[in-house]
Amino acid sequence: MASVPAVLKSEWTKIRTVSSTTWTLACALIVTVAIGAALCALMRSQFDDLGPAERLTFDPTLISFSGMILGQLAMVVFGVLVVGTEYSSGMIRSSLAAVPRRGTFLFSKLAVATLLALVVGLVTSFVTFFLGQALLGPHRTTIGAPNVLRAVVGAGLYMALIALFSMGVAAMLRSSMLSLGILMPFFFLISQILSAVPGAKTVARYFPDRAGSQIMQVVPDAMNSDPAPYGPWGGLGIMALWVIAALAGGYLVLRHRDA
Amino acid sequence: MIEAVGLTKRYGAKTAVHNLSFQVRPGTVTGFLGPNGSGKSTTMRMILGLDRPTSGHVTIGGHPFRGLPNAPRQVGALLDAKAVHGGRSARSHLLSLAQLAGIPARRVDEVLGVVGLQQVAKQRSKGFSLGMGQRLGIAAALLGDPQVLLFDEPVNGLDPEGILWVRNLMKQLAAEGRTVFVSSHLMSEMAVTAEHLIVIGRGQLLADMSVKDFISHNSADFARVRAPGTDPAQREKLTSALTEAGGQVLPEPDGALRVTGLPLPRISEVAHEADVRLWELSPHQASLEEAYMRMTQGAVDYRSTADQKAGLQPAVPPGYAPPPVIPDVPQQGWYAPPPPGQNPYAAGPPQAPVHPPLGSDAVRQPDPQAPARPAPRPPAAPPVPQAPDTPAAPTTPEDAR
Amino acid sequence: MIELEGLTKRYGSKVAVDQLSFQVRPGVVTGFLGPNGAGKSTTMRMLLDLDNPTSGSVRIDGKHYRELAEPLKYIGALLDAKAMHGGRTAYNNLLCLAQSNRIPAARVSEVLDTVGLTAVAKKKAKGFSLGMGQRLGIASALLGDPEILMFDEPVNGLDPEGIHWIRNLMKQLAGEGRTIFVSSHLMSEMALTADHLIVIGQGRLLADTSMADFIRQNSRSFVRLRSPQWERLLDVLHQAGVPFLQTGDGAIEVDNGRIEALGELAAQHQLVLHELSGQQASLEEAFMQMTAGSVEYHAHGATTPGGPPAAPPDRGGAQEPPRWGARGQDKGV
Repeated sequence: MASVPAVLKSEWTKIRTVSSTTWTLACALIVTVAIGAALCALMRSQFDDLGPAERLTFDPTLISFSGMILGQLAMVVFGVLVVGTEYSSGMIRSSLAAVPRRGTFLFSKLAVATLLALVVGLVTSFVTFFLGQALLGPHRTTIGAPNVLRAVVGAGLYMALIALFSMGVAAMLRSSMLSLGILMPFFFLISQILSAVPGAKTVARYFPDRAGSQIMQVVPDAMNSDPAPYGPWGGLGIMALWVIAALAGGYLVLRHRDA
Repeated sequence: MIEAVGLTKRYGAKTAVHNLSFQVRPGTVTGFLGPNGSGKSTTMRMILGLDRPTSGHVTIGGHPFRGLPNAPRQVGALLDAKAVHGGRSARSHLLSLAQLAGIPARRVDEVLGVVGLQQVAKQRSKGFSLGMGQRLGIAAALLGDPQVLLFDEPVNGLDPEGILWVRNLMKQLAAEGRTVFVSSHLMSEMAVTAEHLIVIGRGQLLADMSVKDFISHNSADFARVRAPGTDPAQREKLTSALTEAGGQVLPEPDGALRVTGLPLPRISEVAHEADVRLWELSPHQASLEEAYMRMTQGAVDYRSTADQKAGLQPAVPPGYAPPPVIPDVPQQGWYAPPPPGQNPYAAGPPQAPVHPPLGSDAVRQPDPQAPARPAPRPPAAPPVPQAPDTPAAPTTPEDAR
Repeated sequence: MIELEGLTKRYGSKVAVDQLSFQVRPGVVTGFLGPNGAGKSTTMRMLLDLDNPTSGSVRIDGKHYRELAEPLKYIGALLDAKAMHGGRTAYNNLLCLAQSNRIPAARVSEVLDTVGLTAVAKKKAKGFSLGMGQRLGIASALLGDPEILMFDEPVNGLDPEGIHWIRNLMKQLAGEGRTIFVSSHLMSEMALTADHLIVIGQGRLLADTSMADFIRQNSRSFVRLRSPQWERLLDVLHQAGVPFLQTGDGAIEVDNGRIEALGELAAQHQLVLHELSGQQASLEEAFMQMTAGSVEYHAHGATTPGGPPAAPPDRGGAQEPPRWGARGQDKGV
């Protein structure tokens, strides 16, 4: 049995010595913060034009996380590249020759990458929140208000889980291009579109990003959205189930397929 | 006929090719040799008009490549097996090349047959192995039935059967009166393929001569002589007689003698006069590799050194003391003939070695103090002389591309 | 020591490796030969536990690969030059491998120096030429100073200096008592490097024998004689009942002749000899002879109008030894 600390150290070296780590994570942070700030500023000036229902369920916390829709895509790229480049570069053969235990190899890699994604995710969510609230002016909320801290921490968790989900998918598909080709349209288009289509809505609600983003709401049914059949933690739990399924799939593929 | 006159290529401050003049004649296979980074690829690219020379010029049949009317019908080249659109099938790749040059489609199937790819002609070249890619590249070179052919490392990735085929193909093309210019790092392969050699080092011409001359200029031939094995006195007698006659005699590990400086008939005569019967009298020619090594030393970019193995814990598990000595008489013929005198890396002219010759045996002779590493004969140049050889900017244009 | 037992790999209905059993022993360089598609790479990948065998097993020093706690310290492998991340520097690529097996970082610089890549250690691997990539792969194999080393086509892309170096490196490592297993398509290179051969064709073991035996069994060996007293030599051979061949250039060849006996025979008859040399076919010839029939992609000697440079038919080689034997086959060359 290979020494787990040694493998963790090795995976940390891998992750910090490629430039894609820096640019994907920086991108996640900047895009989320920038778009969140822009929407908050917009909301402040347009608040009076909102319908009464929207005004009643106005959720300043959720508004400040609007940038997540795009920011999460950078997290998807990060997650996919962490696993996918092992395959596209051929490094996987050297890696598995050095760490033949598939479980040790995969879960060490995922642990290191997820921890990093979580740290970046939390930084992103706190920065976004405070900047967004500052820009919302009179409509802002505070970190001390009920459930707000849960939503901010949850947003960080959400980003880490999105990255982890992508890693699992990439491990299953064993290809960066294929994984990105499926995940990007899914998160950016399909999930968004289906949740607006009346019939598909009820299904789309259980998609990982839909379910997981529930954690960022403080006001129930925020912004006059459809009520969800699960609470914030229930939603995150559904997302976690997706993640576990992806990881299990990735592990089984790694274990049984020829490298 | 390819003719280069004063060909020079500079990349910024680094001169990749310097004032190179040579001719590649039709009817023979001409080998193009040089260490990595010596400018071989750059020269080939300039011949094909892909790179523009800084000064000087190179012509094919009297025209610069770009001035050739319908170049694909006159010049075929294999530069890089990967220069193929992976998404296309082998056949459509060749077809598109053929159409560009106005070559009938029938010819595509012909060359596919020649290189043995007809079964996979419809498959995308993305899935090709290196060897199959190489065959496809050769097919492309042959497409226009050209009089001038350039091959860069043609046997890369081929299996023994393929290597033999390429070798015979090149010889045959030359025998048909074509100009065949081949670069390769495999000296043993070149030795049996090329008749003429052009050798460059650090962008400059080192040699332009026949393979035979090249070997005899850069190494010494010798004869192996054996007196009846059971009788040391006979051997002594033969040694002194040969020495007296002006030959240099060195003992070989298996009891034979290595004689330099005397032709075989003379050795026979001397033995006869000394009344020694001979059990062996065989001529040996140095290998092209040795000759090449001798000539190009000092023109090498990346030099390996002996493994120091300092950073590791108890260096050797004590399990392996001196390894078992394998009786190696039957195998010894399969090692490189000992260079006359010494390691080709050692500086200076060949001279009689003090130690037993570095032949087959010496290489595998275990040192009684095996764990004392580095081993007695490190496999490469020691680290010290490396400094002057390593250029400041090691990523040469050729390597980095 | 590597031990294979009944190793089999099927892809669907195609059998890539079929009941392969052999041992690779320490102290010698063992060459691994076979035509393209013979299953060499698949076998090597199964040795490293990268591919799962359909049946059979591989043991490294008696253990399964997955049981090795820090495998790089037991077995180092060069599988292909591309098994590194291009966006990472040469140094960092090796560092992460070293760390996973608790190999000190100082060793990384050391192996980079050994393979001659110190000057480009901080450069990204994607800019490396094939030869440099190969050196990096060799460095990764040496990383754990393992007792078993495996090289797949190690000289690919190396220049003559590099070829010479890796050849001597392998011999030296074997001389230190390590197990060296090397595959190559370059017969002339193998002839200079390997002591023992394992030959496979279509996934099956064709030979597991010493180099000398392999050549002896698969090709012709003869003694070449030259003499100014040519006519008398012919008479003497004739009288002695020794069958011989005359070649165009005035030499006489005696198949399977004992060189000592012929020397004595000449001495008895006071014959002057200008050459008396034992000749063996090259490894290439022997290999071609043995593997005829298990080759996947045949080049064809299509003779077509317009005079395409038709390749000579595939198997012709083994039957015309004088041509490529000529320069390369003199004993020891």
